[in-house]
Amino acid sequence: MASPESTINGPTKADSKSLRNAFGGVIAFIILVLIGVLAFSIRLFSVIKYESVIHEFDPYFNYRVTQFLSKNGIYDFWNWFDDRTWYPLGRVIGGTVYPGLTLTAGTIWKVVNSLNIPLSVETVCVFTAPIFSAFASWAAYLLTKEVKGPGAGLTAAALLAMVPSYISRSVAGSYDNEAVAIFALVFTFYLYIKTLNTGSLFYATLNALAYFYMVCSWGGYTFIINLIPMHVLLCIVTGRYSSRLYIAYAPLVVLGTLLAALVPVVGFNAVLTSEHFASFLVFIIIHVVALAYYIKGILSPKMFKVAVTLVVSVGLAVCCAVIAILIAVVASSPTKGWSGRSLTLLDPTYASKYIPIIASVSEHQPPTWPSYFMDINVLAFLVPAGIIACFMPLSDSSSFVILYIVTSVYFSGVMVRLMLVLAPAACILSGIALSEAFNVLTRSIKFQLPGIAGNSTVASEESGSSSVVAPSDVSKTEKTEEVAKEKPVKKNRKKEKENVEKKPTPSKTERRLLVLPLEASVIAVLLLVLLGAFYVVHCVWAAAEAYSAPSIVLTSQSNDGGLHVFDDFREAYSWLSHNTDVDDKVASWWDYGYQTTAMANRTVLVDNNTWNNTHIATVGTAMSSPEKQAWEIFHSLDVKYVLVVFGGLVGYPSDDINKFLWMVRIGGGEFPHIKEPDYLRDGQYRIDAQATPTMLNCLMYKLSYFRFVETDGKGFDRVRRTEIGKKHFKLTHFEEVFTTHHWMVRIYKLKPPRNRIRGKTKKSKSSRSVSSKRDVKGKRNPWH
Amino acid sequence: MAVGIGFRRRLDFLLLVIAILSAPVLSDLILSKVERQIDLTSQIARISSTIKAENDGSSSVSEILLAIPELQAKNLAYLTARVIEGKGKARTSGLALTVEPANPKGMPPALSFYSIVLPKPLANGDSVTLDVLAAFTHSLRPFPEKITQADIHLVLFQDTGHYLSPYPVKVQSLAVKLPQARIESYTKLDNTKNLGSEIKYGPYENLPPFSYSPIAIHFEANQAFAVARELVREIEISHWGNVQVTEHYDIVHGGAMSKGEFSRLDYQSKPQIRGASAFKHLVAKLPPRAHSIYYRDAIGNISTSHVRGDSKKTEILIEPRYPLFGGWRTAFTIGYGLPLHDFVFESEGKRFLNFSFGSPMHDIVTDSITLKVVLPEGSKYLSVSTPFAVQQEEEIKMSHLDIFGRPVIVLKKANAVPEHNQFFQVYYKFNALAMLMEPFMLITGIFFLFVTCIVYVHVDLSISKSSASYLAKLQWDEVRATVQQIQNIINQCLSTHEKLEASLRDLSRTGDVQACKAARKAADGLLKELSKELKPLIAFLQSTPPAAHILPKVEELVAKERELQERLMAKHSTIVDSHEKKLGGKETENRVASVQQKIVALRQDIEDLMEYVDEI
Repeated sequence: MASPESTINGPTKADSKSLRNAFGGVIAFIILVLIGVLAFSIRLFSVIKYESVIHEFDPYFNYRVTQFLSKNGIYDFWNWFDDRTWYPLGRVIGGTVYPGLTLTAGTIWKVVNSLNIPLSVETVCVFTAPIFSAFASWAAYLLTKEVKGPGAGLTAAALLAMVPSYISRSVAGSYDNEAVAIFALVFTFYLYIKTLNTGSLFYATLNALAYFYMVCSWGGYTFIINLIPMHVLLCIVTGRYSSRLYIAYAPLVVLGTLLAALVPVVGFNAVLTSEHFASFLVFIIIHVVALAYYIKGILSPKMFKVAVTLVVSVGLAVCCAVIAILIAVVASSPTKGWSGRSLTLLDPTYASKYIPIIASVSEHQPPTWPSYFMDINVLAFLVPAGIIACFMPLSDSSSFVILYIVTSVYFSGVMVRLMLVLAPAACILSGIALSEAFNVLTRSIKFQLPGIAGNSTVASEESGSSSVVAPSDVSKTEKTEEVAKEKPVKKNRKKEKENVEKKPTPSKTERRLLVLPLEASVIAVLLLVLLGAFYVVHCVWAAAEAYSAPSIVLTSQSNDGGLHVFDDFREAYSWLSHNTDVDDKVASWWDYGYQTTAMANRTVLVDNNTWNNTHIATVGTAMSSPEKQAWEIFHSLDVKYVLVVFGGLVGYPSDDINKFLWMVRIGGGEFPHIKEPDYLRDGQYRIDAQATPTMLNCLMYKLSYFRFVETDGKGFDRVRRTEIGKKHFKLTHFEEVFTTHHWMVRIYKLKPPRNRIRGKTKKSKSSRSVSSKRDVKGKRNPWH
Repeated sequence: MAVGIGFRRRLDFLLLVIAILSAPVLSDLILSKVERQIDLTSQIARISSTIKAENDGSSSVSEILLAIPELQAKNLAYLTARVIEGKGKARTSGLALTVEPANPKGMPPALSFYSIVLPKPLANGDSVTLDVLAAFTHSLRPFPEKITQADIHLVLFQDTGHYLSPYPVKVQSLAVKLPQARIESYTKLDNTKNLGSEIKYGPYENLPPFSYSPIAIHFEANQAFAVARELVREIEISHWGNVQVTEHYDIVHGGAMSKGEFSRLDYQSKPQIRGASAFKHLVAKLPPRAHSIYYRDAIGNISTSHVRGDSKKTEILIEPRYPLFGGWRTAFTIGYGLPLHDFVFESEGKRFLNFSFGSPMHDIVTDSITLKVVLPEGSKYLSVSTPFAVQQEEEIKMSHLDIFGRPVIVLKKANAVPEHNQFFQVYYKFNALAMLMEPFMLITGIFFLFVTCIVYVHVDLSISKSSASYLAKLQWDEVRATVQQIQNIINQCLSTHEKLEASLRDLSRTGDVQACKAARKAADGLLKELSKELKPLIAFLQSTPPAAHILPKVEELVAKERELQERLMAKHSTIVDSHEKKLGGKETENRVASVQQKIVALRQDIEDLMEYVDEI
């Protein structure tokens, strides 16, 4: 707010400056709005190229939950026991989902509809992710602004708006937790830094609320609750403890933990599992440190020394006791208090050793180098420069950003999926790097261009050196002032602190030491712009080509240039939903569970929420057993239809035959009579004439290739690029009821059990003996 | 089984015939000629009869009764009668006559009657020729009821070989038109001819009233048995120039149920043989200039559709996601926009919508159709006129930016056939200004948003005007204003310094000492004035407690500025001095160097301080 006097005083220098500031504010606002529009619209490629539809697998579940929520209300949602999945176990949805996304979309839908804008739940769900990515880039602006000023903030926001890694999870239709969680993550970090910079309890409370939203949204909240304590610890160790740090941290832990415990899926895990222990430990430490600083303040140095020796000896004993208790608590829980996915993070080889179901998901694999280039592109090169910029000078907030990037780089190296956490950090640091670089370069250009540099050039060197001294000077005064407790002084110090941070965002005269030659800086600016242009081109390409396919609709270019659409999945789901009984059970591999419940509205055995390994193993076992045994397993589970995905005719690579080894592995993990080597010929997975008889007789093979040979006479599989091994066979216990246009989905019906015919009692006896044999085998089929 | 059912049917009919024969003759009307043609080429059985009636009695007759057996009556979807004038090729059909259900006394209960009201009563000896068209749905019974994919689809149609009428019929004939030449079996009466895909019965002469001879035709039918179990059409009028039509279909294949396997292989390799009973697509004939056509279902867009358009119509061929075999179902939605001026007209101060009633799909049977006409918000005085009886309701629909909601007229009808695609009218009154209400609402909404923002920023919202914090705030504002002033003054000082420096540069260029001195004098005067101005401001800051923490900085700033002034003056006088003494440039520089360094440092300090003060 410019005071009226300044305007009355006429066109003085200060006035023009404030005017420029105000103008800059407006421009920054407009740029932010444009960044929001960019973030939103770059994610609409999927809608424009395909249609407004939910993508992939998990989003279908979220969509279904949102539908339930919007139809039945919040209380029914908390109490929802879903009997259409995990048959016959069912699943308690309200207590096992992160409700953030669903509640967000449900609220948007409700608000919009209460304004008489009749949007369907699907539309709201499709566009939630793009909206929240706009929010996320604004949050990145705020966070970076706190760290390095508005210029860096705008750059970071622009980078985040189109970083491919984030686009991959938030294109329109990709209605997944990550879409809102990244916003929550960045916003929580922003509020933490804001609290750290201001020491305001107001922001501390907001921070706890933002953390609560993050806990609601995504299991990745553990990243926050570990990263912030790490930073606090770092600050304490490096002697940067201040009351602001205390205000930023202590309320977050107390309020945050209480709030987190309100979310049913977290509940008491918020205090019981090891993921959260670090925060409590640091909570204790920060109190000890706070006490130490307080005592140091009231005691004379001599007394303090005595006190320290006393406290250290007592404190060590107490610490030992506490640590012993902690260790005992941790050790008492079976997985040492860590969930499987967290353990995978700490030990990247953990999953492949113990939990094939986690290892079988492609997004849990470690990424390859090209995927870094694909996902964050030139940011990978800018990040180191950003880290350097954060070190000049190092402040509380910039040290946080450094810590953030370092940890997230590690995590992204463990799981492809966590590349998503790296993306905002990379954007923030690259934003800082770019903005600093532009600052230096444009300043050099401006300084050397004749006419603009009115001030004497002689002064440059001295002023440069003096400015280098200044920050440390001020921080010294800050420390001496810290002891004093009067409010104005405190406020003053706060201002000063900000001043310290503002230092690096340079005034024109300050850094003349760093002037570069004119030509070099012009060229450097051009190169940077080129780099940025390259990034933009890559992002748009990634958004348009790589990440916009909804994966339930596939397209291919036909010979005459037209688009050929493969809509087989929906064809099959639509057939199921209209032509089978509402209560029929459909068995398929777990990948298709969510889609089947959401699109076909049929009960499934297993779905993408892989909470019960045994159940999945049962389906895997059935798929890898011969027809009769498989029929028995399925029949005992009340299954009526079996759905398999088969890409051999059109060359769709991610079909069930390619996933089959995982079924064998997961099935074999629970039921030892399924042995992986039985399906491999000399350690090779093949389905041609060289394949093992076990492979050629298993249900998955038969259901996939039933009558396949008659299509071309040879049975040439276009995915495996080979002729199939066993060509002519008949099904005895299953019958084909539906196959989609391109054969990508095949649905079989279990034939009803044969009637007992009189005069064949012998056979029934023998079958009884078979069943008793099965009892002896025990674990083969858990549902008997 | 088949024989058993057929036999029982036949027995029923026999009883029926006995019952009928015992009924009395109604009036003196004689049907001199009846030509019937049964069209079975689609799933709808269309029976068109040309009836020539003669009044043989003494009294005039004003209505003619039509008799339909109960079994067929419940499938009757459509019935009209027209008078035919002229003969041979010149014959023209007149207006449709009123046909209403009748319940004459003394008639056998197994028959339903409809009476045709003649345009003018028939006097003795007069004759009239009528053209009666009746359409029956679900009257082609699949037989066998369950078939496999490879089986051919056979249906059974039953009717009477002789025209069933309460009047005696002199001459009559019947032709049954079938879709294909393949006929499994048909009832042979006297004079039956089979001409490929057509079966002819008759002519028969002089049959008494209520003569009935059941015939059954069992034949292959591979046409689409598309039955919309439910159709909801929503027609939304926007006076901005669009009529939006949305149609929700719930389709079932009404033919023989499919049993056993469905093999895509067989279907793809020999679609004509192993899938003949299925239908792959439907054709909808939309009005011309239809635009923004979409075709989707609950789980998204369906990409298999083709649109062809010309000036007369827009034809859209839609393929469901999968071919429909007997008993298979599917559901989808199509929608399209139409230009408003093609369908909404104005007459006598009222507007009316003129739109076709039934489904635009080719040869589809609709079990239940619900038509919703959504009129724009603010429409009044609604009335509907339909060419046939429908059930009518009204409701309200809330949509974009509605306050009161839009009036909706709901028309419902069961058992509709393409013959029902006649125009109906909805009359309403609508003020064109009401159209502007929604944009106006938006504009006011946004306007008030801005106004509240402005008000919020400018209005002092504190509740207690005497509270300490409020006073402190006021004082603080004052302090800030003062600091601002001080800043301005310092800035002016700085610009004066610049001028001095500039004069020095001029001096070194031109050597004009006098000008330099003059500049010095002017600057001196200005600076003095400014420092005078500065004094009360500093005094004010010293007297106000909230300024305490910035005071040192401000004082420092002022002091530094003064020092800078002094140094600058010193430098200035030194240079001028040395200039007057005509000393060499190097010497001058040496003399000034120390001062110059100080000046630079001071300037830097002042700038830092200014920046700091700026942020307050």
